[in-house]
Amino acid sequence: MADIAEMLAEKQKEISVSEFFERNRHVLGFDSSIKSLITAVKEGVDNALDACEEADVLPEIYVELKKVDDTEYLIVLQDNGPGIVRKNIPKVFGQLLYGSRFHAIRQSRGQQGIGISGVVMYGFLSTGRPARIVSKTKGKSAATEVVLRIDTKKNRPEVISEDAVLWDEVKHGTRIEIHIKGRLVRGKQSVYEYLRRTAIVNPHARITYVENGTTYVFERATETLPRKTVEIKPHPYGIELGTLLKMLKSAKNRKVKAFLTDEFSRVSPSVADEICKKSGIDPSKRPAELSVEDAKAMLKAMKKVKMMAPPSDCLSPIGASLIKKGLKNVMKEYKPEYYVPPVTREPAVYRGNPFQVEVGIVYGGDLPKDRPVEILRFANRVPLLYQQGACALTHAVEKTNWKQYGLEQKGGKGIPSGPAVILLHIASTRVPFTSEAKEAVADIPEILEEVNRALKECARHLRLHINKLQKKKKTSEKFVIVRRIIPEIARKSAEITGKPVPPIDRTITGIMGVLWVDDEAKYRDKGYDVEVKVINYTPKRLKIPLYLDIEPESIEKMEPEGIRDGRGIRYDMDIRSTEELNIKMRLRLEKGEYSMDVYTDKINPVLVVGAEPLPGDWNIETEKVTVRSAEEGVLEE
Amino acid sequence: MSEQSQSEAVKSLEHIAEDIYKQIKDGKIPEMKIPVRTKNNIVFDIRHGVWKYGGNFGHRSAKKLDGAYMLLRTLYMLDFIKDMIEQKKSSTLREMYYISEGWNEAKFHAQDESNNLVEDLEIITRYMREDFKLRPEEDGARVIGNLTINETNRKGVKKRINCRDDVGDSGYTIPYNVEKDKIEFFDVDADFVIAIETGGMFDRLVENGFDEKERAVLVHLKGQPARSTRRFLKRMNEEMGLPVLVFTDGDPWSFRIFASVAYGAIKTAHLSEYLATPSAEFVGITASDILTYDLPTDKLSDRDVEALKAELSDPRFQTEFWTSEIKAMLELKKKAEQQALAKYGLDFVTDTYLPEKLSDMGIL
Repeated sequence: MADIAEMLAEKQKEISVSEFFERNRHVLGFDSSIKSLITAVKEGVDNALDACEEADVLPEIYVELKKVDDTEYLIVLQDNGPGIVRKNIPKVFGQLLYGSRFHAIRQSRGQQGIGISGVVMYGFLSTGRPARIVSKTKGKSAATEVVLRIDTKKNRPEVISEDAVLWDEVKHGTRIEIHIKGRLVRGKQSVYEYLRRTAIVNPHARITYVENGTTYVFERATETLPRKTVEIKPHPYGIELGTLLKMLKSAKNRKVKAFLTDEFSRVSPSVADEICKKSGIDPSKRPAELSVEDAKAMLKAMKKVKMMAPPSDCLSPIGASLIKKGLKNVMKEYKPEYYVPPVTREPAVYRGNPFQVEVGIVYGGDLPKDRPVEILRFANRVPLLYQQGACALTHAVEKTNWKQYGLEQKGGKGIPSGPAVILLHIASTRVPFTSEAKEAVADIPEILEEVNRALKECARHLRLHINKLQKKKKTSEKFVIVRRIIPEIARKSAEITGKPVPPIDRTITGIMGVLWVDDEAKYRDKGYDVEVKVINYTPKRLKIPLYLDIEPESIEKMEPEGIRDGRGIRYDMDIRSTEELNIKMRLRLEKGEYSMDVYTDKINPVLVVGAEPLPGDWNIETEKVTVRSAEEGVLEE
Repeated sequence: MSEQSQSEAVKSLEHIAEDIYKQIKDGKIPEMKIPVRTKNNIVFDIRHGVWKYGGNFGHRSAKKLDGAYMLLRTLYMLDFIKDMIEQKKSSTLREMYYISEGWNEAKFHAQDESNNLVEDLEIITRYMREDFKLRPEEDGARVIGNLTINETNRKGVKKRINCRDDVGDSGYTIPYNVEKDKIEFFDVDADFVIAIETGGMFDRLVENGFDEKERAVLVHLKGQPARSTRRFLKRMNEEMGLPVLVFTDGDPWSFRIFASVAYGAIKTAHLSEYLATPSAEFVGITASDILTYDLPTDKLSDRDVEALKAELSDPRFQTEFWTSEIKAMLELKKKAEQQALAKYGLDFVTDTYLPEKLSDMGIL
């Protein structure tokens, strides 16, 4: 919100805050009555999440919307954050942009809005009602209750009453009640949707939402808090003139060289020297004495000097496993058949700003098959609900050729259709938005490129999954033919012609022509019952080995007995054409731990369905190796 | 149907079963060869003046799930037919569809599937479904006109019926079997046959006394006409020398009704020489009629447009008359019902429209 702050600071001289607010409603997210409610909730929830994470608390968030009359709602926002000390409450809630850390360079949600005081202001402007805040800090027996409004001329809090109250049900936290003009809707752009999406990318939070008496709970999917983000100094490649001037003015260093090395990241003394040399500035000059012209020259020189990219450990991506958990937690009503393993790209840099892209795809189940896929966009863990068509994240999806990954796409571009949801997340110390409304990510080539790669990487797994489904469907059709129909045809034709039933072996092997392997596992009573069925549908007798990649220690029983071999079990099979081998096993495994690969050897792999060729590392004894990354996403039964 | 031809039909069915049996015994994947039954595989038979299946064959192989099911169903069906013939019973197509419920894997999921398979058996064996003791539902197509027939009724008694004087206003109902052993044409005192698509128009012509006034035999087609109706028309044409005229709505589906009467239907192209009346002529409603008589119209639906376009590539419609009428209708984007003629009063169709059209055609 740095730019708004500047704007605000300048305008303040001439106009009141309320006037400024009125004039910039669209930028602040209060341009329609529907959006106002969403913005208000968003500001509160973003704040609450930031506060909880900073205090190492698993967020417990409560949001309530209560209809007061046709146009007015009461918003209740409550968190279990560290609370706010008594004297700071008026400033935090009653002064626009108080505490805005607009110098700080870090990945945070907060950079995306006007802040909670803006909501208090809008509530007061639209309904004339003050806000009520109750906050309790750790170790205190009582909470503080403050009722306040904003002096819109002076941008100052006006406290109406202040009391110590009892609030026993929480140890610490903050509760805000604001009356606000708004309209409540359902759909893609709604409070419910905002919270649902927030829950996806914040699986560590438990969010309760009460909408006119109906309660929705987004349960926590993990107890792990996201990695804390670190503040970093600006990188010379990303700096702008205004900021540079401000930094020069307020610099505490005596010399330009020290200013450069202290206030910027990746500027070593030799890099600082080079910048000074290139811009013709004396390195020992006082920073405050530099003219605007000097600053311009310095900026130009900065972009020319080679230096290391900014550090990226300041970013906190959600991570593949938590994206999957979050999606599973929220998407389960659709019973998706496959959660494509999410992709978290390595951090990259655009104009001196580190950023990181993540993509997740959910496929199948009850997701609608003939509609465009749903795109869930997030920036620094905050859902973006508006301006989908203007967003770089969407553009990258549109530019991807989805046909080759198994989704429909008219004309080979545009949003694909099919039973899928695509999640896109960009984390950055500075997410480049298209406008101050911060609703869409700008088309920066570096970002497009990264999103594109992440999408492709994720989509490859999707394709593998879809291929597998198709192959399975095809072979299971053949299975029906040879197991059920051909025997019937033989029997019936014999009956009509009055001849003995003919042998069907050669017909069957002609249709199948493969060695069929199928494994099935059922969880029962702290273990798995596993059945491996091998049917020789080739015309020849097969004397080949079968390998089961399974930890021998977990086997309680097996029938027939196999031989310990490599990292699993081997069977030396001898099966005549159209005959079968059935292996039954009892495995002592926790629920969800089952995973078995079946391999064959000494046979052309195209003649085998349901088993892979024996891998080269079979004989290397390791801890249980899971090779089934592509199958990881299948819903556990 | 003679005993002999029925036992021959049984033999030809058994031959199919033997063929499948032998393929399995030889270790082959069983399959059946059947002519492709689409408009891309019909050819004009100059000798009979009708369209019949051409030489394109499809293979129904047990390698595919659908093919395997069809082979099994074929076996069940021919076994069922064999039983029926041996027990001197018969059944309707619908009854057979319900009987298939007990065929386990081989049961049908819709009556269309079983009807089609019966037609397949007709094509392969060159026998008709009547030989298999299978008959359609009564469809009750009606006839009114000064035509006298001898019908052998269910008691084996020949009854003489005049289709004008011995029947009520709804006319003589055409039975499903109209072969000579069932129906003989005894006498006719009329100049032509007019086959009408809709019941409303049939009744209009009856009420207006068109049959007597213009010496016509009126036949109600009831939409896409049943085999027996088409066979009846053909026999009247061939045996009594009556020209056949077809009077339908003006839309693509009605054009197809005419084509099946005159040229043979694609679904039954193997029987075209029995069913089609190549000299039949189309009276209307045409696209030109819509313009000439300024008829009330409906917009062509997307399906209508598709159907018209398909007809442009249907070999049966490759005449100057049809291509120009179809193109005209596509251009107009309009269709009209035959009852739209009521715009000019109830007598307009019998006093003006039909006399005008029929004299243009040289019938009146």
